[in-house]
Amino acid sequence: MAVITYREALNQALREEMVRDESVFLIGEEVAEYDGAYKVSKNLLEEFGEWRVRDAPIAELGFAGLGVGAAMVGLRPIVEFMTWNFALLAIDQVINSAAKLYQMSGGQYNVPIVFRGPGGAALMLAAQHSQSPEPWLAYVPGLKVCSPATPYDAKGLLKSAVRDNDPVCFIEGELLYNVKGEVPEDEEILVPIGSADVKRQGDDVTIVTYGKMVHEALRAAETLSAEDEVEADVVDLRSVRPIDVPTVLASVRTTNRAVIVEEGWPVANIGAQLVDDIQREAFDALDAPIARVTGLDVPMPYARNLEKLVLPSAENIRAAAREVCYIS
Amino acid sequence: MPTKVVMAQLSPTMEEGKLIEWKISEGDAVAQGDIVAEIETDKANMDVEAMGAGVLRKIVVQEGATVPVGTLIGIIAEPDEDIESLLSEAEAASAVVATEEPSDAPEETTAPAETAVPDEAAAIDEAAADETAEAAEEPSAVVLPLETGLEAEGGRVRASPVARKMAAQEGIELGTIAGSGPGGRIVKADVEAAMAAPAGAARAPAAGAIGGAEPVGEPRLRDERVEASQMRKAIARRLAESIGPVPHFYLTIEVDMGRALDMRSELNARADGFKIGVNDILLKTAAEALVRHPQVNASWDEDAIQFHGRVDLGIAVAVEGGLITPVLRDADRKGLRRISLESADLIERARARKLLPEEYQGATFSVSNLGMFGIDEFTAVINPPEAAILAVGMTLEKPVIEGGEITVRRRMRVTMSCDHRVVDGAIGSAYLATLKEMLENPLAMVL
Repeated sequence: MAVITYREALNQALREEMVRDESVFLIGEEVAEYDGAYKVSKNLLEEFGEWRVRDAPIAELGFAGLGVGAAMVGLRPIVEFMTWNFALLAIDQVINSAAKLYQMSGGQYNVPIVFRGPGGAALMLAAQHSQSPEPWLAYVPGLKVCSPATPYDAKGLLKSAVRDNDPVCFIEGELLYNVKGEVPEDEEILVPIGSADVKRQGDDVTIVTYGKMVHEALRAAETLSAEDEVEADVVDLRSVRPIDVPTVLASVRTTNRAVIVEEGWPVANIGAQLVDDIQREAFDALDAPIARVTGLDVPMPYARNLEKLVLPSAENIRAAAREVCYIS
Repeated sequence: MPTKVVMAQLSPTMEEGKLIEWKISEGDAVAQGDIVAEIETDKANMDVEAMGAGVLRKIVVQEGATVPVGTLIGIIAEPDEDIESLLSEAEAASAVVATEEPSDAPEETTAPAETAVPDEAAAIDEAAADETAEAAEEPSAVVLPLETGLEAEGGRVRASPVARKMAAQEGIELGTIAGSGPGGRIVKADVEAAMAAPAGAARAPAAGAIGGAEPVGEPRLRDERVEASQMRKAIARRLAESIGPVPHFYLTIEVDMGRALDMRSELNARADGFKIGVNDILLKTAAEALVRHPQVNASWDEDAIQFHGRVDLGIAVAVEGGLITPVLRDADRKGLRRISLESADLIERARARKLLPEEYQGATFSVSNLGMFGIDEFTAVINPPEAAILAVGMTLEKPVIEGGEITVRRRMRVTMSCDHRVVDGAIGSAYLATLKEMLENPLAMVL
């Protein structure tokens, strides 16, 4: 099996879907001539031409709206935001148009569009460019939200997102683009939206997370196993709307303990929602209050040392897991 | 063992209480049940009674002070007993109390103090003659024995949800085990430790072996394997040779059903439209009688008698091509209405062949009723490893002589088949006498 990067996996997904269905096109800043700011769209202009791989001006609201209109009349646009921070300028099209037109038109218009780009912190990008948009987007009925952690899931989920008849927000990660993983070469990979994946099995504590934090959680799990004799079940949500609650519950019923990890801010986030699901559906399975590990409740500082303090780490996750396991 | 005297929560809305008066001084001897102090709650002045005996070693909260519910106010112990750890706890508590303003709001009403607590404890002691001395020292709301996971605050045990659930399934009383979690919270590991501990220690009636339905209150009996005496072993061996391998014998008694049927009519005349069947009353009564005669709620197990902590009644149901006995779990801890609902559901699903295996396995006693088929009386075959089965006939109007007069009564004949290795004639007879007594005086069941 080939080992490729997350970036290459996304590139394969884009190419395969554009070959399969000529109504699929890509639009965004620098996606064509420059191969994408992060080179996700490498060689696509060459293969598919400027009608299907389209450079847009620096006008997010405009090209997001162009995408929504194209989707309404039968095309399948993939709108790339250079990062999700810039998508704030386009959010009216995402929320007020894409998410709502199906319902507001009484089912006359589907909006099969993918909004994609990196989210979260990278390195010293400061307050305006280090944000995790998943909870904002997951709040909106009519949107689906994916945030894969591995090349395999990135490819499989992006292909599913392109084929979905509703708007899908796809959050990648600048620090994920170089992550490598196995992806089968001659096989169609489709990861269903809304299905979680247990990335590591263990009986003592459930760590639920998604996106970049999956890798921190797996590091924490190795330390827990080596130092604390605690075996963690690491559940990668992969999609945060809809959330695969049954997989989370099945794990918690086995381990009796849950730690929820996410990169962004603590208030009203995905973990806050999951805590509700767990306490309601698996109350009798809990042996400890559910712990949450999140970024700190502040705008991201620019300074490298402070940035490190704000972001969740494998050490934080290990500490939370020990706490719910009553290890002092 | 030292006994804590705490500010008890004497009304649901009470959050703090004022210590009006200590009735005794430090150094005075205290007997269980003595009134040691008077406190003022948000509703009334009430007496605090000692549940433990000894000497009032320390007054922690002085007269006039107002403290939150659950605060340690005094310590009762033997004169030479070590109460150091408690004293340091008291110091920590008083540091908090000192910052609080005493409340002087006068209260006009006086209600009887919590006399129900010691009375109830005494009643339980009497009723459960074979309970251990340990059980008699169960904590009450007023005075808490130490060393358990019981929290003083309102007497609620702190335990994680899964620990609670496991303890209920295993028949472990949470108040009897120590909590290792934050604030003394009992966690899963503590319950597992209690499960691993030798039987009898913290382990009350265990249900694990039988499994099944949701718990209803605390179990009333105890799982216990008692080695058989030489005589009993001989009885088991000889009788099994004669009629084996389960040596049956039969006891029949006739029961006057008049009052039970009247009670049923009255209940069924209620406006809520809920109907209770005769069989429901029988199941309820059979279960209650088992609690009073635990020897019948038992099984022969090699050279020992296994007493069962739960009362799980098998209900023999005729189905096409045979019969099946769905199990009504914890029948002794359920009310008539619930017994009625659950047994109707079990019987219906038994007829539809939709029972799960765990729903028809593991009964501790069975009831077979052929009354509806017009059978006057019959004998049933025991379903091992149960020790007995009750065969119930039809209720008939019969002439009965009472005080020299012939009167018409509604009578029912029941026959119990007993496994002679476990149940002797006298025990079986006593069980049936209780059953008869309860059916003939159904009101007495509420006692």
